[in-house]
Amino acid sequence: MSPFFTLLARDIKLAARSGGSAFLALSFFALVATLVPLGVGANLGLLTRVGGGVLWVGAVLAALLSLDRLFQGDFEDGSLDLIALAPLPLELTALAKMLAHWLSTGAALTLLSPLLALLFNLPPAATWTLFLSLLLGTPAVSAVGAIGASLTLSLKRGGLILPLIILPLLSPAVIFGAGAVSLTLDRLGAGGALSLLAAFSAGAVLLSPFAAAASVRLNLGG
Amino acid sequence: MNWLFRYANPHNFMRLSGVLLPITAIATALCLGVGLYLGFTAPPDYQQGRTVLILFIHVPAATVAMSIYGALAVCSLLSLVWRHPLSDIAARAAAPFGAVFTALGLITGALWGKPMWGTYWVWDARLTSFLLLLFLYIGYMALWNAIEDETRAARAAAILALVGAVNIPIIKFSVEWWSTLHQGESIVSGKLAPVFLAPLLIMMLGYMLLFVSLWMLRIRTAILERRARTLMQGGAA
Repeated sequence: MSPFFTLLARDIKLAARSGGSAFLALSFFALVATLVPLGVGANLGLLTRVGGGVLWVGAVLAALLSLDRLFQGDFEDGSLDLIALAPLPLELTALAKMLAHWLSTGAALTLLSPLLALLFNLPPAATWTLFLSLLLGTPAVSAVGAIGASLTLSLKRGGLILPLIILPLLSPAVIFGAGAVSLTLDRLGAGGALSLLAAFSAGAVLLSPFAAAASVRLNLGG
Repeated sequence: MNWLFRYANPHNFMRLSGVLLPITAIATALCLGVGLYLGFTAPPDYQQGRTVLILFIHVPAATVAMSIYGALAVCSLLSLVWRHPLSDIAARAAAPFGAVFTALGLITGALWGKPMWGTYWVWDARLTSFLLLLFLYIGYMALWNAIEDETRAARAAAILALVGAVNIPIIKFSVEWWSTLHQGESIVSGKLAPVFLAPLLIMMLGYMLLFVSLWMLRIRTAILERRARTLMQGGAA
């Protein structure tokens, strides 16, 4: 197996087993979706209107939970030094970690979203748009998040700063993602919003390995 | 590029800024004084009445707040690519001003919005993107303060500033796509009466000079602080 896939498989295994961060993110997502109706009231019409936005924000926050450990665990026990010494370019290492994070959180959250959309009384068309938008948009969350994680990897309390620095950068994903759901509800066609979301995601996935690798390098003292 | 690197040497910068600082400080006072006088003596707007005065403190704050992010991004690029030592200090010194001017723009905008739109806050594109800009500044400063090692903090912050610089146009576009209520610009398109335009431009210059003066002062302070620390540790400055 190539180094890239070895690293990918290792990180997914870690996400699934040690601490079960993937499961935690899913539970958190479901909890947010449960608390919002308790807060805003059980009016089904209102829940339909806010459902897309709430689930999008919930998914972004849930993906954040495990982000601070993306590089930190490996940094603390020294394995990041060894991974950096391996022939795999650091950019690809960052990409593998991003992909592992997306598969263990973003993709899982996407699969869970239709069930939660049911709780928010979203019609089938809007549910499908939500599913598509999360599928297209959550890679951007992992990608931009990886930049934040690499910048804060040496910090003891990086988990507190990480959301502060990446949430503003993720606002376009939330806008286009939740916007696509609203457009579907209004029968206006979500194609434009989904295309913009996909473009944002593609740009983020393409560029962020370089930024993440640069900041891992500086934290390793290179 | 040589002129740029001559001032990478803190000693040269101290000499230059020592000469420039009194000049820009006096120019700031003049511009703000004249601008405010012209602003206060300008006739009330036929729709907005006296509240049009807020224009002269709101628009320049917003303009300078955005320019400061530009300055921050350029300094970060210089620091990452050429390891220009002064630009680290300059970037760090600029961020709080960016946050303060952004906050000033938001607060004066809210105070203006109440009489004009009937509410302090509307989720309009420009207001929202400015709020996000404020968070970008806060995050930038938080990252700087969180990392103890100064060289690492400087580089990490520079990477963040550049990521932000790439992202800001996207954020701006997406927020505009999301909602538009704020009026469009009316300076370049000539829709603003000269009696308002003159004080506005003078105020803009004044704000810009204020930022430059305070920025130089902060950089000077940071350099002196660094020298003092080196001296106290017993090393050669």
